[in-house]
Parts: sequence; C-alpha cells; structure tokens
Amino acid sequence: MGSTLAGWLQALALVGALALCYRPLGDYIAKLLTTTKHLRVERGIYKVIGVDGDADQRWPVYLRSVLAFSAVSVLFLYGLIRLQGYLLLNLGVPQMEGHQAWNTAISFVANTNWQSYAGESAMGHLAQMAGLAVQNFVSAAVGIAVVAALIRGFTRNRTDRVGNFWVDLVRINLRLLLPISIVFALVLAASGVIQNFHGFHEVATLSGEVQKIPGGPVASQEVIKLLGTNGGGFFNANSAHPFENPTGFSNLVEIFLLLVIPFALPRTFGRMVGDNRQGYAIVAVMGLFWIASTALITFAESQHQGTALQAAGAAMEGKEQRFGIAASGLFAASTTLTSTGAVNSFHDSYTPFGGGLTVFNMMLGEIAPGGTGSGLYGMLVLAIVAVFVAGLMVGRTPEYLGKKLGGREMKFASLYILTTPTIVLVGTGVAMALPGERAGMLNSGAHGFSEVLYAFTSAANNNGSAFGGITVNTDWYDTALGLAMIFGRLLPIVFVLALSGSLAQQQPVPATPGTLPTHKPLFVGLLSGVILIVVGLTYFPALALGPIAEGLSS
Amino acid sequence: MPKPLPTTVRTHFTALRVLLVLTVILGIAYPLLVTGISQVAFSEKANGSIVKSDGKEVGSSLLGQNYNLPKKNPDDAKEEAQPDPKWFQPRPSANNYAGDNSGASNLGPNSDDLLKAVNDRRAAVAEFDGVDPASVPADALTASGSSLDPHISVAYAKEQVNRVAKARNLSADTLNQLVGTYTEGRSLGFLGQEGVNVVLLNRALAEQK
Repeated sequence: MGSTLAGWLQALALVGALALCYRPLGDYIAKLLTTTKHLRVERGIYKVIGVDGDADQRWPVYLRSVLAFSAVSVLFLYGLIRLQGYLLLNLGVPQMEGHQAWNTAISFVANTNWQSYAGESAMGHLAQMAGLAVQNFVSAAVGIAVVAALIRGFTRNRTDRVGNFWVDLVRINLRLLLPISIVFALVLAASGVIQNFHGFHEVATLSGEVQKIPGGPVASQEVIKLLGTNGGGFFNANSAHPFENPTGFSNLVEIFLLLVIPFALPRTFGRMVGDNRQGYAIVAVMGLFWIASTALITFAESQHQGTALQAAGAAMEGKEQRFGIAASGLFAASTTLTSTGAVNSFHDSYTPFGGGLTVFNMMLGEIAPGGTGSGLYGMLVLAIVAVFVAGLMVGRTPEYLGKKLGGREMKFASLYILTTPTIVLVGTGVAMALPGERAGMLNSGAHGFSEVLYAFTSAANNNGSAFGGITVNTDWYDTALGLAMIFGRLLPIVFVLALSGSLAQQQPVPATPGTLPTHKPLFVGLLSGVILIVVGLTYFPALALGPIAEGLSS
Repeated sequence: MPKPLPTTVRTHFTALRVLLVLTVILGIAYPLLVTGISQVAFSEKANGSIVKSDGKEVGSSLLGQNYNLPKKNPDDAKEEAQPDPKWFQPRPSANNYAGDNSGASNLGPNSDDLLKAVNDRRAAVAEFDGVDPASVPADALTASGSSLDPHISVAYAKEQVNRVAKARNLSADTLNQLVGTYTEGRSLGFLGQEGVNVVLLNRALAEQK
C-alpha cells in the first residue's frame, strides 16, 4: 500500500471512530451534567468535603470555587515537586529550582503542560502520578465544568444559579475521565507502553556499551495526558518516545483520545439546549478547521521545503520512522488544534509552512475542537460574536438560542477574545526587546523569532507544545510564561462564567422570522469567517515576521 | 463560640479536601490498579519489552542503540565514535541513544547546522556502505524525535546488507532474509509507516553462528 493511501485511510479511520462516539459520548456527558442522582461514592465524597451536592451556586460562587481549587492545586503541586527528595519513588532526581517548580505547577493546573524540565531527569514517579497526572484529570474536568455552567446559562431562565462546581468536578472525574482512562491505559499497555515502578535499569548492549532503560507508570499517565488534552510527556520526547507511543496503532489511539471529548461536547451542548442541530453546526465548524489543517500540514511536510530538509530528501528530522510524514502531520494538527500540546514529532524541525500552521492552529484560540471544555466555551463565545456581527448587518438586537446579546454579554465576549492575543503579542514583544531573552533561541533569523512567538502562543492558549530549541528554563522565561499560562487560563474562565450568569438571568425571547438560524450552513460559514478574520487580523503581522517570512525566502 | 471562618477561607478548605480525595483516587489507586493488571496481563510489555541474547539482557526492542567500535582511548571524551561495520546501523541520534535523555535536535528546516550535518552524514554513510551518495535515504541523514528510534527504513537496511555481509563473512541472501524477517509493516496494514527494527535485527545477527 502506498503511503499516501495509508495516510488517507488512517485519517478516515479516525474520523469514523470519532463519528461513532459523537452521539453516545455527547449524550452521556449531557446526562452526567444534568442528572439530579448521585452515586453512592459521590455522596461519600460530598460528606468528606462538606458540600451539599443538591445546592446550586450563583456564578460568583462557582467562579470562586474554580479559583480556590486552582490556587490550592498550584500550591499543592509546587510543594510536592519541591519536596520530592523526601518522598517515595523519587529516583534521586535533583531538587528543582523554585522558578521552574512554580512554572511547572501553574502549567499543569492551567491544563497547559508546558514543560521547561525533562521528565526522565527531573521527576520521580510519585510526583508524576500523584502530582502531575492528578492535575491532568482535574484540570480537564475544570474545563468541562466551566462549559457546563455556560450551557446552563443558555438553558436556564430567570435564575442566578449556574450549577455546583464541586459536583461537576467530582462527576466528570469519576464518571467520565476515570473509566475511559482505565480502559485505554490497558489498551496502550498491551501495545507496548510501559507500566511499572522501576527506576533506570542498566543493560550492556551488543556492542558493549551501557544503556539505561527507563521505567515508570507511563500508560496510566499517557492516557489522561491525551484524553484531558493536557500533553505533558512522562519523558522529554513526549509521544515520540517509544515507551509512550510504540506503534502506528498506539499512535492512532492517542490521536483519537485527544480528540474524542472535545469533538463530542458539541453534542452535549445540542442535547442540553434541546436542539441537536445546534451541536451539529458547531461540530461542523470544528471539523472543517481540523480537516483543512491536517491536510495542509501533511502536504507542507511532504514537500520538505527548507535548505536542510531539501538536502536530506524528506522532512524526517524530528520524526520517527514508525510514524512517517502522514501519522506525524495528523498528530501535529490534532495536538495544536486541541490545546493538548503532546507531540509525536518535533515542530521546530517542521517545514516553515508546516510549523507555521501549528502556530496558527493555536492562535485560533484552541477551539477546533479545542481543549476539553475550553474548546467549546471558546467556540461558543465566537458564535456569540458571529451572531452579533450578523445582527449588526441587519440592524437588530441579536439573540442566540433565545437569549438576547446585549451590551453586557458583548462586553464579556469581547474581553474573552482580546485576552489571549494581548498576552501573546505583549509577551513576545517584550522577550524580543530583551537581548538576554533573545539569546534563548536555538535557531537564528525568522525561525528564531518563531520559537519565541510559538512559546508565548502556546503558553497563553494553554497548549504546551513548543518549538523546543528555545532555552526556557531561565528565571525570566519560567516567570513570564507562567504568568501567560495562568492569565491565559483564568481570565477567560472569569469572562465565561460572568457571561453564563448574565445569560441565565434573562427571560428567553421567542424566535421571530428575523432571528438568525444558528443551525444552518449559512451560520457555519459565518462563524468560520469570523474566526478567520478575528485571528487573521490579530496575528497576521506576527506571523509575517516569523513562519511566512521564512517560508517565502526558502 | 468562635466566629465562623470567612467564606473565602472555607472555600479553600473545601478545595483542599476535594484535591486530597481526588489525589488518592486518581493519583494513587488508579495507577496502582493499571499497574497491577498490566503486570499480570502483559508483564513483558509493561516492563519495557526487554530483549535478551544468550540469556543476557541487551536492551529493549523499542529503544534504539548505538553499534559503534570500542573507543581507541576510552578516557578521551572528544574521540568521535566510529560505527562498527559488523552491525546494522541505526538512524543518527541527537542524544547518542541515551535512555535517560530523550529528545530531538530541534534544528530548523533552514538551519545551517542541520544542513551541514545532513551533508556530512550523506558523505560518511555512502562511504561506509560503499554506495552512491545520492541513494542514501532520508532516515539515515536525520535524527528522530525521540533520538531513540529503533527503526530504519527498508531502503536503509538493504543498503547496509553488503557491508555487513562482508564484515561477517555471511551471504547477502541470508542477510536479506533477516531484514525481511525484522521488517515491521504498518499496524493493521495502514497505521504508521513500515520500518526495520535494528535492535531485533542485530540480535538475530549476534545469534547467527
């Protein structure tokens, strides 16, 4: 079989698997977010934590709970990393510096998993499984909880209650993330991902050298790294490491895992608002961007543009033989469009346009399909903007799903879409203005600028992948990127929950012949256009200085 | 009676208790459960797919290795390692196939360093294998993402057959058969890319008497 045909087949198999999961998984998530029944184990947990599982919260209380949980998580994780030396299974790793531990703690709490450390030399097993992997679960659950609150803003009327954060958090972890993780951890372990508690194990190779074989509970962490769109590798090489991703089969399973919840959530949305067609419209927009990006990145890589890649004859630098171009491009598009940031090949060595597209994907705001929960709330905010734009064209107050989009709603939506670009562009600008920080680049010229732009885009959008050549374990980068991650995560959540509260208070307005239908192809086109224009106008100058300049000159 | 704590403080205590409960379930019980099942059901894979030769552990079938000649002066850190003609050679590695230091070169598509490395490798590999420089495949010229890639392309394996045959006094036919045996096709016929597992191929060579 030719590699082009095999490449198409694996994309088709992936689309088929995702389509099969869309309805059952989306409906299941909708049910767990709306049912009033608690499981016995959940009742026990509510008793232990002292929460009334039947009491809903007002949006400021919901927000306060999210913020308190994030703050406690950062402190706990920071402490765990710094005190590793006194814990079990620490493998004797050296004490991590304060700035790096701070950066890492924020990174995992913010669902970013930017890693300025190398897993195998900086983290013991207990810190990985009881610290980092726990945040992989709960930060994903926070994203889904926040989008649940936003959807309740559309479905509830004349109330100030948007749900109970603690109940959402516990249910999403226990009923959704944990069961899927157990099943797929075993699937990955069966295909060769390691799962043990060994330290490094030395063997004498056939040519008489010594090689250290790493150990660790990798399969259990690998699954939630992808399912929760986190992306933080157990090892430095992430999903390119054969112990994290050993075969073409495990590779497709991993891509499936990182896409399955974000692509099913529009169904949850449609189900909860009582009109499944609304979900289809949203998923259509997500799917369009994902398909286009996958095709373009794979095409760019197959052309292997760039002097060094032309000399090699194929863009195989930073790519694994067992994956090749097609399975690498598919992973790269999926991981940068979902805020995952895991990599099975290294984007810094991608062709100028292929690598540029991975940056552009993140700049879209991680919405196609985006991170778990955060992708859908980002897309719904842009849907609100699209409806508003359409309203301006015909000169009437716009409404979406029966809720009026007035000044207050548009203020929150605008603040949402301004937050990330501000962090990215200011951060990149400041880094480029400082000679010491410019020196962190590995590559020179336009490609070096792309490394800095990529770092801030990745941090602020909570992706976590990198043009990995850049040296970021410095006081300045750890601090600046830490701030970019935490503000890039929490400020949008503040605006989304405020929006949710504002929508929930309204009395719904009946649809009239003048109402824009938001389930038709027209709206799919309108929303796609708004996304491209908002992103394009914001980031075009920065892209022109980096990937576009490099691509046109080589 | 003491005054009740402010709401904000109470929220943080609730948060801490939730985090601790979830840490026990997701951070301790879950990995232990998965480890327990994996160690029983797929213990060989869960422990790193270790490869043995003559009863001794020589590596993992998933992690590539170096196959170099012994150094002339073991204390000279600067001495460049020379590939051993008796073994099939793996792809270049950015980290010298160190099992505790995975990762890529991260050199860009227009990097002068990468261009030079590719050109140097092309000349060296062509001379080593006695082939036309233009025919050396891309995987022999580029470092992988993990720097632990255990595979090479079939073309690169075939290119090495004559050199290994000569060094070992074996027939090229025998070696071509071995290359065929250790060629791993795409998973399920269409996932990923075909490659020859160098670790398993060389282990088989070691066992040819």
